[in-house]
Amino acid sequence: MDQEPEWIESVGTDGRPVLSAKGSWTIDAVSVLDSRIKATHLNGTKQAELDLSGITRLDTAGAWLLYRTRRDFADDGIDARLAGLDPHYAPLLDLVEQADKAHPEIERERPGVLVEFVSRVGKSVCEAAEEGLNLLNFLGLTIITMLRVIVRPRRMRIVSLVNQIEQTGLNAMGIVGLLLFLIGVVLAFQSAEQLRKFAAEIFTADGLAILVLREIGVLIAAILIAGRSGSAFTAEIGMMKVNEEVDALRTTGVDPIEVLVLPRINALLLTLPLLTFFANVAALTGGTIMAVATLDVTYTQFVRQLADAMTLKNFIVGMVKAPVFAFLIGLVGCYEGLQVGGSAESIGRLTTKSVVESIVLVIIADATFSIVFAYLGI
Amino acid sequence: MDTDVVIKVRGLRTQFGTQVIHDNLDLDIRRGQVVGVVGGSGTGKSVLLRTILGLNRPREGDIEVLGEDARQALDTVQRRTGVLFQNGALFSSLTVAENIQVPMREHLDLSRSLMDELAALKIGMVGLPPDAGPKFPSELSGGMRKRAGLARALSLDPEILFLDEPTAGLDPIGAAAFDNLIAELQKGLGLTVFMVTHDLDSLSAICDSIAVLVDKRVRLGTMAEHMQDAHPWIQSYFHGPRARAALDNRL
Repeated sequence: MDQEPEWIESVGTDGRPVLSAKGSWTIDAVSVLDSRIKATHLNGTKQAELDLSGITRLDTAGAWLLYRTRRDFADDGIDARLAGLDPHYAPLLDLVEQADKAHPEIERERPGVLVEFVSRVGKSVCEAAEEGLNLLNFLGLTIITMLRVIVRPRRMRIVSLVNQIEQTGLNAMGIVGLLLFLIGVVLAFQSAEQLRKFAAEIFTADGLAILVLREIGVLIAAILIAGRSGSAFTAEIGMMKVNEEVDALRTTGVDPIEVLVLPRINALLLTLPLLTFFANVAALTGGTIMAVATLDVTYTQFVRQLADAMTLKNFIVGMVKAPVFAFLIGLVGCYEGLQVGGSAESIGRLTTKSVVESIVLVIIADATFSIVFAYLGI
Repeated sequence: MDTDVVIKVRGLRTQFGTQVIHDNLDLDIRRGQVVGVVGGSGTGKSVLLRTILGLNRPREGDIEVLGEDARQALDTVQRRTGVLFQNGALFSSLTVAENIQVPMREHLDLSRSLMDELAALKIGMVGLPPDAGPKFPSELSGGMRKRAGLARALSLDPEILFLDEPTAGLDPIGAAAFDNLIAELQKGLGLTVFMVTHDLDSLSAICDSIAVLVDKRVRLGTMAEHMQDAHPWIQSYFHGPRARAALDNRL
């Protein structure tokens, strides 16, 4: 039904070049026409004619090519006259011309690869620094609000605190218990394999107890909670931010930090130590079962060895970290939630960011603890 | 022969569960018409639009778009129609220019430079500033996002343009500018426009025909014809204070 688009060069009666456009000049054809037009060079002439009488169909893409051809000729000092265009299509050509006049230049300036790399690195460093500063700011705000609430305990939001404890603590017990049990199994098995070579299998118990109590129990529990509750904090608060609920709270005179952030952080401060204790029990149970099943030691022997290694010091070294990790996770989760702005798109991005950031901070804090304890000789 | 009927709906029945939205609905829209679809909340204006586009399956009835069965020739329909969704529905991970190029990439094989030129052209046509091209949708205001959505809808030079509440959420000045833009593009490109709207100003300013959804059917007519209609909803719609204000402005 559509006629083949054509672009024909010829010479008119008065010696001027005539360029005839024929057929259907629509977006389906512009690819071919574009290369044909680009191959057209008019040399040594000041005048030309664009004969459009053969055009049967025209759309904006086709009109753009006609317009651009004429414009490019004009840039080369060639005056190209349009002739024979169906008056029906005149408004279309006007529209295209207006649109182009509004955009004098199509800017396509791309910086070099190296410049782009350096600027990207610089940008992300600046962003990270700013993020750190903002987080510090938020930490201050949270602590001040916390102190205010401690002075006037009636402002404590007990209902939402209990609700958060249920969600972040009670509901997390299954997954924390299962994972730590399995990690205990793996730890016992791996260390037993190594120690067997020295006929020191019984020290599997010492390794297990020290590793679990001091590091693994609290670290894995914190990472799980960061993934599970930290992300939930960001998503929940972020959703409220998108719905303007946070602004609604502010306008009614309610401090969002007090009702949204504090109950969440406080809940984590309470539940993460408890979960850590639970995690320790689960890991040690898993390790014991594995050791007794694979090693030539009796249950009583192993447990006695384990009990000797489970000193109060080791236990406390692990437990001390729990509230610090909890605070970091809660802080980052709530902070990123409040960073959500405008559209729902940012919720997903910030939730990911919140999880990554809180896990990074937890591990940095853990390393710091190790260094400090090493200095103190604990 | 009604060859210039571009949208033809016969005996349409849409139903969600037991709730019947449209029942035995007929609709004819001719080439070059600007049709505004109005109706109370829940009468299925957007559902009708989605059904014609093939996004909803009708329970019964036939829909022909540009002479093709909308359900069988979905490709053709998609290729020859453009849609502006309520909030623009721009792809958030792509820039405005890339958004406009998505349909071109999907349906055509154009060179990179030509696509850039065409995207810039469309951006100019919908009245966006030149620097909007490399921006991401989240960096645009609501009105600009709608314009960018319109540019994407026009990307393949469609014959029919579907608009879902194009002026909702715009301030009156922005809404009037958007109306003008649509009217201008419609004239320049010879488009058929199917527009779901509640904006009485747009209805009186740019629609030459109004489809009112009442009693699960459509009543198509001009503003003047609807003014005579005795149906209570149509009466209160076209004779309410807001309608009168919109009409007065026009006169």
